[in-house]
Amino acid sequence: MKLSNKTKVLEQGEMTFAERIYLPAIVGGMGTTLKHFFSKKVTIRYPEQKRYLGPVFRGHHILKRDEQGAERCTACGLCAVACPAEAISMVADERKKGEEHLYREEKYASVYEINMLRCIFCGLCEEACPKQAIYLQHDKMVPVFEDRSEVIFGKDKLVEKMDNRYLREGWK
Amino acid sequence: MEITSTLFTAKAIYVGVIFAITLGVAAYSTYFERIIAAFMQDRVGPDRAGPFGILQPLADAVKMFMKEDFIPSQSSKWLFIVAPCLSMLTALMTSAVVPFGDKLDLGGDVFLDLQGIDVNIGILWVFGIVSLGVYGILIGGWASNNKYSLLGAIRAASQNISYELAMGLSIIAILMLSGSLSTKTIVETQQNGHWNILYQPLGFVIFIVCAFAECNRTPFDLPECETELIGGYHTEYSSMKLGFYLFSEYINMFISGAVMATLYFGGYDYPGYEFVLDKFGMNIAALLGVGALIGKALIFVFIFMWVRWTLPRFRYDQLMGLGWTGLIPLSMFNVVLTGATMLFTVNGEGSNWMTVLLSWAGVAVMLVVTAFYSQSQYKKKKLATA
Ligand code: SF4
Ligand code: SF4
Repeated sequence: MKLSNKTKVLEQGEMTFAERIYLPAIVGGMGTTLKHFFSKKVTIRYPEQKRYLGPVFRGHHILKRDEQGAERCTACGLCAVACPAEAISMVADERKKGEEHLYREEKYASVYEINMLRCIFCGLCEEACPKQAIYLQHDKMVPVFEDRSEVIFGKDKLVEKMDNRYLREGWK
Repeated sequence: MEITSTLFTAKAIYVGVIFAITLGVAAYSTYFERIIAAFMQDRVGPDRAGPFGILQPLADAVKMFMKEDFIPSQSSKWLFIVAPCLSMLTALMTSAVVPFGDKLDLGGDVFLDLQGIDVNIGILWVFGIVSLGVYGILIGGWASNNKYSLLGAIRAASQNISYELAMGLSIIAILMLSGSLSTKTIVETQQNGHWNILYQPLGFVIFIVCAFAECNRTPFDLPECETELIGGYHTEYSSMKLGFYLFSEYINMFISGAVMATLYFGGYDYPGYEFVLDKFGMNIAALLGVGALIGKALIFVFIFMWVRWTLPRFRYDQLMGLGWTGLIPLSMFNVVLTGATMLFTVNGEGSNWMTVLLSWAGVAVMLVVTAFYSQSQYKKKKLATA
């Protein structure tokens, strides 16, 4: 039965003389490998060289601040609910007077932790957040941890630094 | 007395240096094998140990030493231990007769031959040692008390024996040309660019194919096989014993490169030798010669690797067919052809170029005749089947 016009019948007869002494084919093959020897490599020397992974890569989480530098997160817990790996936990607290420059909303997360060993970098927390507080950075990966005590990332590692703000491609 | 002791010390140093070079080259071959493999597959290769991974051989050695040194309970313990050592020993012994260079002038009329020993049966020594080498594999396979190891070892043994025949026959033509078995004499007859490759194109092709088979390199790496033999003759080996086997393969590669350079590519001869001799004296010229020989050997090592990462392997019956029905008749033809070309020049009549021309023409005629013959056979078969 003919399924397409692409079939090509190969006649596998006896080998010709040139094929039977192997050497021409071997030399041809060696030419091919030599070409690849000098061609551009597709792999890179990874930790020293890095590739741009695209604007939608989901890496290290960040808790954004607003333009005035106040934390956006209001500890609503939607991200924790959305998280399929149950990696997020937080403790909510009430904003005191005089802390308006620190926290944008009246309620804030005094503790916000992500267990990076559980996180599967699905990005659902980012989608769930009503305050545009949590993002997965496209250009920064979670550093390698060597001990179980290092796997829970608290606010010190998550909250955005003012001198190093996170901007995703396409944002103003 | 004074002279002998200087000579003795110098020789001892020379032997040590050659030993170190051989081991160093073998160690770095393992690294370059991976790099070359990677490059031919468009990768960058190992680069974690040191800059560009140049400490990889060290890391490998450490890994090998750290592994559990396991001896199967049902094996013949002593043979099991002796076998890899034998492999290593035979691999290293071959380099004794390879002339790495000309003489060194040590002052006071003392001249050091840059060769381990100049025995008058040099090339036979190489053959003897190489055929001993198969014992390392055979004993290892047998002592493991494992069917698969034994099968691998038997494959290795029969392969080596088959290809040694063709190899020996291809060398006979060289012996006819130089009239001596001594490697030194063979090199000396090739000085000033009279390299044997010019007179022996066919012999060289046969020799290099056999060298691949003797070193158990792809496309003839049948003693090792994961799909059929779980591993091959070294299935039961681990730790440094396995390391010895793997290492001896690389030593063999380097040494066979050196032997090929000696037999076919003028040994330590290089263009401009006379000039260097005039300008800088004997010692520099000789040392450059050592460099030339090692360079040629390294080119062969590269070719070994290049072929390995290009070709798939032969099937076992194809391997045997090639050895017995292909290479042996060819090398016999080569002996006849060499004899015929020598007939024309034996009285000093025809020039060297005449000989060169005749040798290549002979090969070409042989190829054309065989091609026509096989084509006619092919047509006949086609008619018969049609
Ligand atoms: S990326 Fe996914 S798994 Fe990770 S914290 Fe967010 S929701 Fe949970
Ligand atoms: S990060 Fe967003 S979703 Fe999570 S608690 Fe804060 S405001 Fe709510």
